[in-house]
Amino acid sequence: MSLKEKSVLPGFGLAFGYTVFALSLVVLVPLSALVLRSTELGLSGFIEVVRHPRVLASFRVTFLSALAAALANVVLGVTVAWFLVRGRFPLKRLVDALVDLPFALPTAVSGIALTALFAPNGALGHALGKLGIQVAFTATGITVAMIFIGLPFVIRSVQPALADLGKELEEASHSLGASRFQTLLRVVFPLLAPSVLSGFTLAFARALGEYGSVVFIAGNMPMKTEIASLLIITKLEQFDYAGATAIAVALLGLSLLFILLINAFQAWTAKYLGNG
Amino acid sequence: MNDTKATTGFWSNAALTAAALLIVGVLIVLPLLVVLQQAFAEGAAAWLASVAEPDARAAVWLTLGVTAAVVPLNTAFGLAAAWAIAKFRFKGRSLLLSLVDLPFAVSPVIAGLVFILVFGRHGWLGNWLDAHNLRVVFAVPGILLATLFVTFPFVARELIPLMAEQGSEEEQAALSLGATGWQTFVKVTLPNIKWGLLYGVILCNARAMGEFGAVSVVSGHIRGETNTLPLHVEVLYNEYSFTAAFACASILAGLAIVTLVLKTVVEIKGEQAADNGGEA
Repeated sequence: MSLKEKSVLPGFGLAFGYTVFALSLVVLVPLSALVLRSTELGLSGFIEVVRHPRVLASFRVTFLSALAAALANVVLGVTVAWFLVRGRFPLKRLVDALVDLPFALPTAVSGIALTALFAPNGALGHALGKLGIQVAFTATGITVAMIFIGLPFVIRSVQPALADLGKELEEASHSLGASRFQTLLRVVFPLLAPSVLSGFTLAFARALGEYGSVVFIAGNMPMKTEIASLLIITKLEQFDYAGATAIAVALLGLSLLFILLINAFQAWTAKYLGNG
Repeated sequence: MNDTKATTGFWSNAALTAAALLIVGVLIVLPLLVVLQQAFAEGAAAWLASVAEPDARAAVWLTLGVTAAVVPLNTAFGLAAAWAIAKFRFKGRSLLLSLVDLPFAVSPVIAGLVFILVFGRHGWLGNWLDAHNLRVVFAVPGILLATLFVTFPFVARELIPLMAEQGSEEEQAALSLGATGWQTFVKVTLPNIKWGLLYGVILCNARAMGEFGAVSVVSGHIRGETNTLPLHVEVLYNEYSFTAAFACASILAGLAIVTLVLKTVVEIKGEQAADNGGEA
């Protein structure tokens, strides 16, 4: 069995060679440094670093905030996606373009903007403060920032799926006597579930590693509002390369594990709930 | 009868619109407005002073320079990768595809960390670089590499599905009519992918100009030398020069808006081209 199917098109060698070369130089070699340097500590050293209360606390804060943000993004994102596909509004295209702002805006700018907005003297922070809710410099603030950067992922995942769905299935369901609610629950949501899950995973993964948008609003108190990516930087500034590397590998490992779990779950649901 | 239960009625539409506009308004528009409000809080003259300040201008030039270097490199890579992956079938194709996407899965801070591990003082090449009096980390080359890493897949990700979808019939036809490989690529492939290519370049460009986390780790924050514009914003903010920080941030916000506009234009043109059967 040959390694490559025969093809008339030229240029494979050149293109493939350059691709692998650039990939190795820019991506693979640096990433391998991460893996190899982390083994310098040895397994016990690695566990020692990761078991430290401050590190565990940062993981807890990061994971829980990212989870809450991704869940909120599912609700908010599906609403906006539904509007973009099925809603009727004159400036819909404008709203559609705006949805990508969190992608286009540098994270530092998002970070200081959200902080200014939700700080006690900010437009929203002041109003929420009157209701007794403090957002900036708390875990809530971290979650809000993560919602901001994750929202486009859910919207852009669900939008094409919803557009592809068309109305025929819903109309068929209604013609067979189902109520609107029943149709939503039993026809639409199961069909949208894969794209929603995909958006959720992307938003969650992004939130786990996010730095710029979160670090300004977070308050960064160790054990309470310190996120994992900030802890990595703190260790680097103390020249604790080994510690920083260990935390980075742990973070990467946990993220990849989570993503694999979700992908497996998705494959399982696709198999047992069927695609139509 | 067009008005079935699946068509949203007037009140449902109104509620949906209101909810969506509220979400987008609060989460996306308000932060943008806050940037502008804070930037001009002390008037236009103060804004101008902040933006024209030497360190700010150095930051702008560095950002532009890094972007001008990184975008063409990643575009060349994207074209090569898309050609190899989309037009040919070979063993390891899926693996290559996943590897190209790898920088997306990595947190920006970790992306910066890996370059410190390779090029930093205690990194793999640390001693060699020291011996030759070269600096990568805490200098511009480090910023270039970190930015290159995080924006690596953008063009490739746009082109690969596009070129795969377009297949290779047109290229084969050109070859059978006597065109060389390069002629085929330039005169047949490129025009077909131009909107996807442009879209990828716009995204790559936006990310390169705005990258913060990865560059923050490798730059050393040396004022006037190794601060890109996003880093300069951070420096100003951390020393409580809020208005100056937001003034510089407003430039970046303006660039983001331009990116969104260009993106939308390219999307519309691309849709038109698809509707016309590939002729724009």
